Amino acid sequence: MTLTYIPLLAILVSLAAVIPIMLSSKKPNLREFWTILAGVIKFGLVLTLLPGAIEGRSVELHLMDLAPGIPLALNADPLGVFFALIASGLWIFTSFYSIGYVRGAGEHKQTRYFASFAICLSATIGIAFSANLVTFILFYEMLTIATYPLVIHNEKKEAIHAGRKYLAFTLTAGLLLVAASALVYHYTGSVEFTPGGLFQGLELPHTSMLVIFILFLGAVGVKAGIMPIHGWLPAAMAAPTPVSALLHAVAVVKSGVFAVIRVVGYVFGTDVLGAYGLNDILIVLAGSTIILASLIAFAQDNLKRRLAYSTVGHLSYIVLGVALLTPLGMQGGIMHIAAHATMKITLFFCAGAIYVNLHRTEISNLNGIAKVMPWTMAAFTVGSLGLAGVPPINGFFSKWYLALGSLEGDMLIPMFILIISGLMNAGYFFPIIHRAYFKKGEGLEGYGEASPLMVVPLVLTAILSILFGIFPNLFFGLFDLANSIAISLF
Amino acid sequence: MIESHLPAYIALTFVLFSLLIPAFGIWRNELSQPIAVLGSGIAAALSLYGFIDYLNDGAIRYYFGGWEPPVGIEFVYDGLSGFFVLVINVVAFFVLIHSYHIGNREFPGKEMPYYTLAMLMMLGFNGMILTGDLFNLYVFLEISSLSGYALLSIGNKPAPYAAFRYLIIGTLGGTLYLLGVGFLYTVTGTLNIIDMSAMLPQLFDNHAVFVALILMIVGIGVKAALFPLHGWLPDAYTYASSSSTALIAPIGTKVAAYILFRIVLWLFGIELTDAIAPLLTIIGVLAAIGILYGSIMAIAQSELKRMLAYSSISQIGYIIMGLSLANPWGFAGALLHVLNHAVMKACLFMVSGQLRLKEGHSDISRFDDSYRKKYPWTMAAFTISAISMVGLPPLAGFFSKWYLVLGTIDNSNWLFLAVILISSLLNAVYFFRIIEKVYMKNPVSGQKEASDATRDEAPWSMIIPTSVFAIGLIVIGFANAIIVTILLGIYPL
Amino acid sequence: MVDFFVGHYAYWFTIILLCIGLYGILFKKNLVKKTIGLAIVQASVVLFFVSIASKTGDATVTVRDANLPVDQVANYLNPLPHTLMLTAIVVGVATLGVAFTLLIAIYNRYDTLDEKELIDKIQ
Repeated sequence: MTLTYIPLLAILVSLAAVIPIMLSSKKPNLREFWTILAGVIKFGLVLTLLPGAIEGRSVELHLMDLAPGIPLALNADPLGVFFALIASGLWIFTSFYSIGYVRGAGEHKQTRYFASFAICLSATIGIAFSANLVTFILFYEMLTIATYPLVIHNEKKEAIHAGRKYLAFTLTAGLLLVAASALVYHYTGSVEFTPGGLFQGLELPHTSMLVIFILFLGAVGVKAGIMPIHGWLPAAMAAPTPVSALLHAVAVVKSGVFAVIRVVGYVFGTDVLGAYGLNDILIVLAGSTIILASLIAFAQDNLKRRLAYSTVGHLSYIVLGVALLTPLGMQGGIMHIAAHATMKITLFFCAGAIYVNLHRTEISNLNGIAKVMPWTMAAFTVGSLGLAGVPPINGFFSKWYLALGSLEGDMLIPMFILIISGLMNAGYFFPIIHRAYFKKGEGLEGYGEASPLMVVPLVLTAILSILFGIFPNLFFGLFDLANSIAISLF
Repeated sequence: MIESHLPAYIALTFVLFSLLIPAFGIWRNELSQPIAVLGSGIAAALSLYGFIDYLNDGAIRYYFGGWEPPVGIEFVYDGLSGFFVLVINVVAFFVLIHSYHIGNREFPGKEMPYYTLAMLMMLGFNGMILTGDLFNLYVFLEISSLSGYALLSIGNKPAPYAAFRYLIIGTLGGTLYLLGVGFLYTVTGTLNIIDMSAMLPQLFDNHAVFVALILMIVGIGVKAALFPLHGWLPDAYTYASSSSTALIAPIGTKVAAYILFRIVLWLFGIELTDAIAPLLTIIGVLAAIGILYGSIMAIAQSELKRMLAYSSISQIGYIIMGLSLANPWGFAGALLHVLNHAVMKACLFMVSGQLRLKEGHSDISRFDDSYRKKYPWTMAAFTISAISMVGLPPLAGFFSKWYLVLGTIDNSNWLFLAVILISSLLNAVYFFRIIEKVYMKNPVSGQKEASDATRDEAPWSMIIPTSVFAIGLIVIGFANAIIVTILLGIYPL
Repeated sequence: MVDFFVGHYAYWFTIILLCIGLYGILFKKNLVKKTIGLAIVQASVVLFFVSIASKTGDATVTVRDANLPVDQVANYLNPLPHTLMLTAIVVGVATLGVAFTLLIAIYNRYDTLDEKELIDKIQ
């Protein structure tokens, strides 16, 4: 079946682009062409998998054995296709934006930048399509290594320390993942991701399950930004903004929450997790992360850091939704992966545009910039409103389902946390908007919008957020996809 | 025809070439290295042929002079010895290719004795692995050790002293081993491993056997740098010439580990080893301490070779820990790590040799990011080996750790599991430190711009071996399922 | 109790020699004395092997062949340990040779063979 190799091709296409990128380092336009080409092809390939995914079908591919009995296997199941679609689609936007950003900011080592980006996307799609834990570990660690050059891109002291912190957190997480996977293999004899989990019928003692769960939490919680192991995320804001935008709002952190869904739904199984009561830990951690992150966001004056803490909070929306162990909650969580991605990437794009254009990074400096950068601030407003949960932007929709999931599970506290957090979101975003539109700015004479290469993508992602909010199934049937995934896990 | 005599041919090759090199070397010194490369190449080819033959036909027992054991001495080419022989000969082949330019710089004019000693040392190592007779093992042990001491004494000014200290403690170890063999001979009346392994189970609580076991483990443990008998290693590896270290470091401790495997798993068997005292646990704990000790000390080093030496102590700890687990996964993980570590460490030491050749030093605090421009291939090989040492997939190093982790879980040995995980993190610290220095501008000191440096890569005869090993790590990583299936088949219990 | 000492005096000699040698290796500062200690250790093991060659009564003679008349087997010692020890002695000699070569090299470089001074000079 020709369809079988598409998952592999989707992963390899951007890896294949690395060599041309490195070879065309002297010709920037040619080099960027390779990036765009790879992105478009990748997105196209994933798109071909979409119809099957909506119907609930998966595409499997077994490559060689990585260990006796454990193959390097890909499985483009609906959840994987969902994540791959978002990652690859948003990469195209980010690539255009990157071009504008690195050229506008005069960044050095652009070839290393674009090459690393390409490898990162390969790793992300690999994570999306991994069929078992060992393949997953492979791509997870590949993502860590590939993002490191991007985090330390500036090579300033701050960036290098951020890189060390990043590695410390993520490598430890990787090791915990190895230990957890080995334990799963030992107890169940398998590492395959199976809807309903691997522990069906096994009556393991509570302590064992707890230990394995904690190990997994430690492993995926780092990338998913669960407090208190979220520390690398704010530090990683030292990276250039497109890196922060795609990787830390979309690819790396969404890999983390994706991993959470895999662990909850496909390794443990929702009923097993509920039977042992392990999801309560997750609810507590996610809930406190949401509140704490929002509180800390208030205190940040650096725009990117405020966005970083906002990301930490919103990631835990997804984790909370998953932890509720109800179909609607799961659906809300999955939808929020897409929603938060489009909205947050818009906000980061805006932050980058402001930096490149006006060289301003602190919020207190952003008075009156809406006059000179109207499109940027308009997009920023859209993103902020969406994150605060204002309809008709797609953030409202996912939050609605999260709240429904909370009610479905007879739990009121998560719903209250969501409501309070929505208010807090408004609380830390609206002042920025207020400043930009209604305060008098200084030193803004002679400045206009940032380069179209940056502004067009961010306007487009903002429009996408609105469109997906009004028509959730527009273009890609994301709503139905999330629905079918959620139901398949219960 | 070749198959039945194969074990002898491998040893014979080295004997022959250790005679050829002086013969030609006296006439023309420059011929020494090519002849040595030829010799080890033939041996490597024979090892490969032999291992494939073993996979098809089974073990070969070669009786010297036609005298059958237990009267005669035999070479036993079974899965374990075939695997080890293959690993050490292939690694030695590439290291000897690599040593050409280092020889010119670090021991000019002395190539003839150097390569003769190298051939003799490889003879000793191969003999140790192949022999099926305990006393014969001692003889080959001493052959390899003595040539090893001599090889290690060529180098910096402190090298003879470091080699002397190694000689004292190494010979002491060998003598203790010999005493242990004597005890066993007294009790069983035979020196043949296979013969004796049939007799020993009946001697379940014989104290002489127990003491013999301890003596042999301690004696070989010196050679294997088992904590706390590792003291000779850092100095010996640091002060010796780069190619001596590159030759001995990946191979020497592995051969000692082989002997430990043979003694514990084949000769005595697990029940007998643990009969009177929990020796396996003790060995495992010592190995675990060695792992942590080696990693921590490596972080504290500022010189590349010394750092790699401490790292070696740590890595051999993994292998011995795998032995002490005494289950199939631990066994497979340990043997896979023998292969992986031999390749990784050889590559790393070869890279350090290249850096010393080009820069005149291997002091980490003086590394800077001009290396990235000047030695791209060298640093690429270094990076790949470093990432493999840390244990990131899909490189080979990840998989040996994976199987060791599975082995510790099978035994519910959570302490060892934690040790493996923590040491991987520590490995990351000391390797990424170097990668940071080499690939990035130092933001504090503001050195000259890296783009000023021009490419000044090491010669081809040095790039090719390191690149082959670096690529080999990727290949082993992807092919490890095949390798491990073979290794699981070798497990004797 | 007496038998524990007298009946096993060969083993006691071995152990005592071994300890003397070890003492030399560990506690003497001069490198030549260490080497002597090493030689004593090796000699002790040689003595051990030789001592076990003695046997009383009939024993295994590994080759029985009509062409090699061996009568009254009980009167012969076990030859194997002796032959092994010939090899071991040769190994010991070779070791001493290498050791002394290294000592000469050390002396040429540092002008001393005392361990304390050497460690100071190397640092």
